[in-house]
Amino acid sequence: MMLIPCPHCGPRVQEEFAYERTLDSVVRLDDGPVTAMSRLYTRANPRGEEIEIWSHVHGCGQWLRLRRDRVTHAISDVEAI
Amino acid sequence: MRHGSGVRAGKVPFTFNGQAYWGQEGDTLAAALLANGVKVVARSFKYHRPRGIMAAGVEEPCALVTVGDGGRREPNTRATDVFLYPGLVATSQNAWPSLSFDIGAINGRLSGLIPAGFYYKTFFGPPSRWMLYERVIRRAAGLGKAPVEPDPDGYCHRAAFADVLIVGAGPAGLAAACVAAESGARVILLEQDALPGGSLLAHAVSIDGVPGAEWARGMVDRIRAAGGRVLFRTTATGYWDDNFITAVERLAEPGQVPSGPVQCLWKLRCERVILATGALERPLVFAGNDLPGVMLASAAQTYAARYGVAPGQRAVVATSHDAGYRAAFALADVGVAIVAVLDTRSDPVGPLVHAARSRFPVHTDARVLSARGRKGVLVGLEAAIGGGRQTFAADLLAMSGGMSPVLHLHRQAGGALVHDPVRDAYLPGEGRQNHVCVGAATGEGDLATILSDALCRVPVEDPLGAAGAAWPGPVWRQEARGKAFVDFQHDVTTADLALAQREGFVSSEHVKRYTTLGMGTDQGKTGAMVALAQMADLRGVALPEAGLTTFRPPYTPVTMAAFAGTMRGDHAGPIRRLPLAAMHEALGAQWVPAGVWMRPRAYPAPGETIGEASVREARMVRNRVGIVDVSSLAKFEIAGPDALALVLAVCATPVSKLAVGRGRYTVMLREDGMVMDDGTVWRVAHDRWLVTSSTGGAARMARHWTYVRDVLLDGARAAVVDVGERWAGIALAGPSACRVLTGLINAAAPAHMGLVDATIAGVPVRVLAASYSGERAFEIHVAAHRVGPVWQALHAAVVEAGGGVYGLDAMDHLRVEKGHVVIGAEADGRTTPADLGMGGMLRKAGGFVGWQGLMRPALSETAGRRHLVGITALDDEPLPEGAMLVMQIGEEPQGHVTTAAPRIAAGEGAWIGLALLTDGVARHGEIMVAWSPVRDKAVRVWVGPPMFHDPEGVRYRD
Repeated sequence: MMLIPCPHCGPRVQEEFAYERTLDSVVRLDDGPVTAMSRLYTRANPRGEEIEIWSHVHGCGQWLRLRRDRVTHAISDVEAI
Repeated sequence: MRHGSGVRAGKVPFTFNGQAYWGQEGDTLAAALLANGVKVVARSFKYHRPRGIMAAGVEEPCALVTVGDGGRREPNTRATDVFLYPGLVATSQNAWPSLSFDIGAINGRLSGLIPAGFYYKTFFGPPSRWMLYERVIRRAAGLGKAPVEPDPDGYCHRAAFADVLIVGAGPAGLAAACVAAESGARVILLEQDALPGGSLLAHAVSIDGVPGAEWARGMVDRIRAAGGRVLFRTTATGYWDDNFITAVERLAEPGQVPSGPVQCLWKLRCERVILATGALERPLVFAGNDLPGVMLASAAQTYAARYGVAPGQRAVVATSHDAGYRAAFALADVGVAIVAVLDTRSDPVGPLVHAARSRFPVHTDARVLSARGRKGVLVGLEAAIGGGRQTFAADLLAMSGGMSPVLHLHRQAGGALVHDPVRDAYLPGEGRQNHVCVGAATGEGDLATILSDALCRVPVEDPLGAAGAAWPGPVWRQEARGKAFVDFQHDVTTADLALAQREGFVSSEHVKRYTTLGMGTDQGKTGAMVALAQMADLRGVALPEAGLTTFRPPYTPVTMAAFAGTMRGDHAGPIRRLPLAAMHEALGAQWVPAGVWMRPRAYPAPGETIGEASVREARMVRNRVGIVDVSSLAKFEIAGPDALALVLAVCATPVSKLAVGRGRYTVMLREDGMVMDDGTVWRVAHDRWLVTSSTGGAARMARHWTYVRDVLLDGARAAVVDVGERWAGIALAGPSACRVLTGLINAAAPAHMGLVDATIAGVPVRVLAASYSGERAFEIHVAAHRVGPVWQALHAAVVEAGGGVYGLDAMDHLRVEKGHVVIGAEADGRTTPADLGMGGMLRKAGGFVGWQGLMRPALSETAGRRHLVGITALDDEPLPEGAMLVMQIGEEPQGHVTTAAPRIAAGEGAWIGLALLTDGVARHGEIMVAWSPVRDKAVRVWVGPPMFHDPEGVRYRD
């Protein structure tokens, strides 16, 4: 049960947040169809750090960018979107 | 067979398999059974072999019993982990017709036919054979039966924070907790036993001049006096990210009637965690090592020293290190005759061995070959001593293969394990979280060292001398002939490991799954290390190369209800009631859950079924007028300079040209191009929009709106306000709707898809002229807290116009006739707008979420996809919803019925429906069969357009 340091609210339990997706799988509205599908279905899936998008859905409701290690779950950076 | 010195005050009556017994207060069920001479308490999982009590703690693999009755019945309880209370009822499991005569024991004789992997091998061959095996296996293999009655007890959750959390109140844990508490830290100490002291409870030692158990009680007093919290009967079951520990506290014993909640699940967020989880003894491997009477030496010592119970009369102690000798002394103290001490080492030295030699026959270079039983219990054994062999008559065999530190929580926390060749054990390596292991969990065996690490120097008096080299040489991993068990709960033998090896299952994770090793409720706490050593030897590699399997939470089994806590029955999830719930109730509403909401399904008149009522209500709307509560619909207000850009990104239909005061139908797509939700979009002011969407998708859409704004549009200047609960909604529909409305608002009704602000019963309302039913209709939005008078005024007016209220079912019947889709039925996550006949509505230029997904060849080419069609039943019976659409019964399905409804308007056929059918648009006019084998129904249907009523939409116009 991770403790996520929300830049707006301070450290809060994972239960308050909803994971959205990795940053590399965000499909921009102006991405072409090939780029969009590649972002959606072929992801980097690294063994290590990755930037993820979370929502503090049961807190301030804001969107966050987390740099998180997918092996240790350690969060090295959080910023508000 | 209880020794005089062990008798304590308080006799406790209990029953086992219907037989009444007496135990002592403070006994575990296992101790009380042993004191009463009960040796066989269970039958094993696979071979139905008689099993006794092997351990004295939660690691017990064999003595699983069912405790309690009715809804309180707890199956698979370890007899070693339930403390006696008056009236405890325990029964054995997996035995039929009785524990002493069990038909299933034939499995043991047939074990050659059911080796490891037998279950998987049944998958080969015809399925019918597997089905037969499956029935037999399911009946023969097993644990206790789950209760069928509801659990009458309450469970609670509590959260707490600690500067220092200590797991385990043995000497190391007590010392650490005391130091931390007295330094001013917020301390929580968890102990799964009912008493503090851990190993001290079974050791004749004194600390600071007082007996160990008394010292432990004093330490608890000191911790509490310093403000620390000490929880007994509380097991730390999981160690999660960021020093989060879950622990289960038993407030009453299994099956006991509690005075409050029966269990409490603690959620503990900690700054630092100290794991003083101790060590567990390993069994030895020899034929018949599972016979009742064969016991871990530490367990025999515990029964003797802590409970004053002699687990046998004539004992052999088989050990590979010094710790076994302690058991011999403890057993002798309660009057057990020590027939022999068998030490696998050739030249053991030290004060303990020296003291033993003067009292017991000690044999060195000696190991047990096989145990012999009669009537299912141990009567003797054969041992190899030096070059010769010798047999011993004994009813107790206390075995010790050395100690394995308990590192489950350390591993769960991401800590590393390091193999120590001297102790031949895994020790805690580097941790990932802020935690540390102390005491026997680090592989330390000497009490004085453990205490001095924590408390500087504490004088320890151990009359048997320092434990010294408590760690075995490699001899504990001896090979064995006959059935030698490494997993006692799942009946896995050394032969099974060898078989797995021969069949190519080499990795520890594969062997585990093939043989089910360590997959029982005990998770291999006793035998897993022995099995790993055997696997390493089979492969001819060192122990660390044999690998490890994953340590998963929970450490010990957790009652499912503990996770649920108070979220059971009516409290299992939130129920949302409409602002008008009381008025619906007064009108006789029958409720139906819709998402998280309870909505009126229909308002049956006396003697009317729900089906009859909903048809009546729907006809009333078609012919006259009705009102329905649509308050639960999702509603969002979007405002600001970039509001249009945001609406354009979320909605896939053209909206830019929408005039102020006008609205239109729209769909929202997922990125893969599938329909996510649908609703209406209204331009309230130049840069102010109102967008409605489905009830069930409200939470998803709320997230989607801000995701699109903040992530995709980089924080566009648009406010998104979820007004779903701010505005209640009432839909007014029917040929007389316009007349009813104008009478109430004293103004002209808005044209179809128009919007006006007005007043009803003195309350400001917003009237949206939208129709779901196919009739001229209005959605009237009003502040939720002021909806009552508006509803009453509308209700009175529709009744006067010959109408009334209608519910969700009638609404559904009406929309099916009109061919409107529902999210979750027709838009089932696999359908694109084109599949639903809405392809032409989308913006050609794209720019909305999902436009790229629709460009995929598989979606842009509509041939071969399932399209929305309407179906009309040709036979006079209800259409089965969910039925397959086939050309002939038995053929491959080409589609399915998404919704079925009785015909409301006059027309052909009593039943109609919507369906998704492959190439459906090109197949209007075909006759197919709606076939539901599960309901044994087949109805011939005529395929046509998904529109049964007013295809030109003339009824929307006044």
